[in-house]
Amino acid sequence: MQNSLPELVKCDVFSLFNQMRSVSVDLNNDSSLLIDIPDALCERDKVKFTVHTKTTLNSFQKPEFSVPRQHEDFIWLHDTLVETEEYAGLIIPPAPPKPDFEGPREKMHKLGEGESTMTKEEYAKMKQELEAEYLAVFKKTVQVHEIFLQRLSSHPVFSKDRNFQIFLEYDQDLSVRRKNAKEFFGGFFKNMVKSADEVLISGIKDVDEFFEQEKTFLLDYFSKIKDATAKAEKMTRSHKNVADDYIHISATYSYLLICLHSLCVINAYRHLEKFSELLEKLRKVEGRVASDQELKLTELLRYYMRDIQAAKDLLYRRARALADYENSNKALDKARLKSKDIPQAEENQRQCLQKFDKLSESGKQELTSFKGRRVVAFRKNLIEMAELEIKHAKVRIKSAVCSEHNLFTHN
Amino acid sequence: MKMAASSERSPPPFPESEEQELEPDLEDEDSDEGADIFTGGMLSDVVMDPPLPTSASEPAKDIFSDAPADSFNDPLNKTSAEPEKTESTGLSKAQVVSLVDKAADDEDLFSDPLGESAAAPVTDTKSAPLLDLGEEPPKSDVTEKTASAAVKEDVSAEVHKASQNDVVSKPQKDIFEEPLKGTVKEPATDVFSEPTGGAAAVNKPARADLFGDDDEEDLFKEPLGAVTKKPQVPLFTEEPNDIFTEAKAGSKAPSDLFTEETFTAPSAAAAAKPSVNTGSKTNGLHSDEEDLFAEATVELSLDSPHNDKRKREAAKPSVPASTLSSSASTSKPQPKTLEELEEEENEDKFDLNISVTNPEKVGDGMNAYMAYKVSTQTTLSMFRSKQFVVRRRFSDFLGLYEKLSEKHAQNGYIVPPPPEKSILGMTKVKVGKEDPSSAEFVERRRAALERYLQRVVCHPSLLQDPDVREFLEKEELPRAVGTQALSGAGFLKMINKATDAVSKMTIKMNESDVWFEEKLQEVESEDQQLRKLHAMVDSLVIHRKELSMNTAMFAKSVAMLGSSEDNTALSRALSQLAEVEDRIEQLHQDQASNDFFIFAELLADYIRLLGAVRACFDQRMKAWQRWQDAQNMLQKKRETEAKLLWANKPDKLQQAKDEIVEWEAKVSQYERDFERVSATVRKEVIRYEKEKTRDFKKQIIRYLESLLQSQQQLIKYWEAFLPEAKAIA
Repeated sequence: MQNSLPELVKCDVFSLFNQMRSVSVDLNNDSSLLIDIPDALCERDKVKFTVHTKTTLNSFQKPEFSVPRQHEDFIWLHDTLVETEEYAGLIIPPAPPKPDFEGPREKMHKLGEGESTMTKEEYAKMKQELEAEYLAVFKKTVQVHEIFLQRLSSHPVFSKDRNFQIFLEYDQDLSVRRKNAKEFFGGFFKNMVKSADEVLISGIKDVDEFFEQEKTFLLDYFSKIKDATAKAEKMTRSHKNVADDYIHISATYSYLLICLHSLCVINAYRHLEKFSELLEKLRKVEGRVASDQELKLTELLRYYMRDIQAAKDLLYRRARALADYENSNKALDKARLKSKDIPQAEENQRQCLQKFDKLSESGKQELTSFKGRRVVAFRKNLIEMAELEIKHAKVRIKSAVCSEHNLFTHN
Repeated sequence: MKMAASSERSPPPFPESEEQELEPDLEDEDSDEGADIFTGGMLSDVVMDPPLPTSASEPAKDIFSDAPADSFNDPLNKTSAEPEKTESTGLSKAQVVSLVDKAADDEDLFSDPLGESAAAPVTDTKSAPLLDLGEEPPKSDVTEKTASAAVKEDVSAEVHKASQNDVVSKPQKDIFEEPLKGTVKEPATDVFSEPTGGAAAVNKPARADLFGDDDEEDLFKEPLGAVTKKPQVPLFTEEPNDIFTEAKAGSKAPSDLFTEETFTAPSAAAAAKPSVNTGSKTNGLHSDEEDLFAEATVELSLDSPHNDKRKREAAKPSVPASTLSSSASTSKPQPKTLEELEEEENEDKFDLNISVTNPEKVGDGMNAYMAYKVSTQTTLSMFRSKQFVVRRRFSDFLGLYEKLSEKHAQNGYIVPPPPEKSILGMTKVKVGKEDPSSAEFVERRRAALERYLQRVVCHPSLLQDPDVREFLEKEELPRAVGTQALSGAGFLKMINKATDAVSKMTIKMNESDVWFEEKLQEVESEDQQLRKLHAMVDSLVIHRKELSMNTAMFAKSVAMLGSSEDNTALSRALSQLAEVEDRIEQLHQDQASNDFFIFAELLADYIRLLGAVRACFDQRMKAWQRWQDAQNMLQKKRETEAKLLWANKPDKLQQAKDEIVEWEAKVSQYERDFERVSATVRKEVIRYEKEKTRDFKKQIIRYLESLLQSQQQLIKYWEAFLPEAKAIA
């Protein structure tokens, strides 16, 4: 069963892409560097993305090229960006989440176990629906990876990053080294230190009102959006359950009709048949509503939750720089008192100040643009979602009216 | 066709005085007086029959839909159209007119046994035996058997005589003259006075009236129609048969001539094989009966033109009616006709609205119970007033079911089951917590009880049951006992059910009727699928409730997010979104309760009803088993007789012979029972399917409407939201 999924996914992800560019605002304003992922392949646990680039920049050897990339390569790229000192003042686009097909896979497994209890038709419908779900997850995965690259390409600084360009151009397997256990724990430790540090630093009152405001806003907003995301996830999940129930109901219903039909030919069942058709339509609509909500709302919230985390990281880095600067001031004072290593301390203090100023400046810019970007993205997605909801409701009305009409004309 | 055969089939002695009186009659009777005997038999039957649950409840549908209309239309049409011919049968015009008048009174007479509107004595006598004898159906069955046996003999005697007679029409004329006159005057005394002589019925006017009811009907249709329409048909095959049918009808149910007949006939034909051992004569009779019944059906629906055609079709095979094969061919199209008739019947709904409202807790603590207001609105004359309200508690509803199923289930009726007891739900209510789940429980039960009562009164036979009327009308009802889930009676019931289940498993019935086999299969697979569907709808309801809850939570969360948002327009849009989601939550909740009350409950009802349907199939099987057992017993007795004969023991021989006679009677009575139950089951299943179709359709439309409404709301909400989203800048 699991084998059947990748095959299916291979078919045409491409044609389905058009409907799902949702979360990002059109980031590719700059036509000098256009990136998309037209194709992806799922092999066992690995997803291979084909990254396609079209460019007029002469830093690239060719104007158009495609390279195969894996999720780990994206992570590598993200990590190098984070580790680059120069980018400390920038919001580094959040790394795409690891492809997670566990949900649909587990469901598929359960479905396989329950095959005996279901009718053929029901099983077929369930499988079909699961495949659609799998496909949706797959599409979403491709999408977030694509968005990550597009955000980099549309950023004036990141688009010129050397590692980024290598990522796009190098036509062999990047075969980035996977993190070994030590590094993994190192990263984990670093995170611990960082969050502890964050707590320590957050107590410091900022001199700059903009950043002080931004900090309280982001902290507050982050906790809210995190909650909203969790709730939205829950909501869409239960909506999916409802859609799944519709599948079972409509399948059982039509099976019941078949049973009755084979034994008795009374026309009286015709209206039940019409109703069965309606249920079938409703289940499709319900499924679409669930997946649209997932794509337009939940995914939006999820993405901005990560983006805000990235913005918070920026604030943290700035706060760290501020703390460093203050420490260097203290060190300078100490040096002056002891009249020892004064130039060194002065130099250090100057550097810290410079770094902090630079960080503050670019940070301000970044945060402002982030705000605009967020508003635009919300606007776009909310409009789209409202329109889709209206559309689906209209479909439901249409099918209900249609079957009502059928019912009465049958009389 | 020889009287000699009658010794074999002569009915066994009966304990009841009436039958004993009847017996000498039979013995004394000569072939000349066949008709009279038959009427006598019929009379005793009519008297005996109402007590039978079947016949007592049977008429309902017919009375309201068919019978009155027919008696109005048919006789009128015929008498006016063919006055000369009628006269030729020896009736004066005046008599015809008075007959018609009598027919006009028909409606009253029909409703009599059921309601109180008309003459008091009628009701009294009717209901009295009803209650008394209702508890002893087997006994009355026996009588019925005797009656029909007697009828058979009579008819054969009649035939015999007719064939001997040169003037074929003469005996016929006599036969008709007598009853007709009788009906015009005092039905009972005159019609039967000479023949029955000392028949007990004579001194009971009420009975005579009752008898008059159906006899009159018969006379209107059968003899008149037959004599006037087909004088050229060899009457000797035709006429006695008519009489026979009448007699049968009389012996079956007072007024339910046609439907009952229609049902019995095909099954009689179907059962023709087993009845072979009673001799070829019986076969002939069966087939004749078949034709007659076909005729009866036709007469019934004379008013619709296309039925006329069928009449001719039916009449054609009736000419060579004496062969079994032709009777089989006539019986084939029958079910269809039946269904059509049934459909016609269902069209006109009687005016009876029942609602169960105002659930109210009475008492405190564990002795508390819920009382419901049962209001009835009706124009039916069987009720004392047009509008009345009573208070009933849940166990009263259960008690009603117990009473009804005790009386009617064994005859193959589908008795609508009430909602189950729920100890958990009720305990919650009793404890008195005012939480939504207990409110939902009460509402759910109220709705279920309402649907249950509506189903009961929708059933034409059950509506006639005095217990139903009592339940709806009587101010105070004796406390229903034995409905407690954990009571001693409940325990006994459980044991009974267990033994039933065991015997069900052990009985292997080789089904002779394909219809039943298929239907049973259908019912079983339907049951299975409905259960599955119900579980799924339940999970849909649960999931939708979850969705509604999660939507509410999301709405709250979005509102919070909106309050944190520093972009004013986006903040407003988010709080708008929160509002929209809040409303959608309500929609989901409504939808969930729609799913539940429209579908889950409907499915639950039908799962329960399917249980009742299966139970009626079981009743049929039981009847069959009883018949088979009796046959086996008869076989054994015969073997004993043969052994005794061989061993030359004349002293025991007489006893053995008596036993054989006794068991023969039982066999044919059980066979009849089986046929009757089969016919009822068939009718009931068809009715059930009709009801189901209607119910489902109604609910589907309701569901569609609610869906339309909620979706329109949804569109409204989102459309209102759209400009807010667009205003984000």
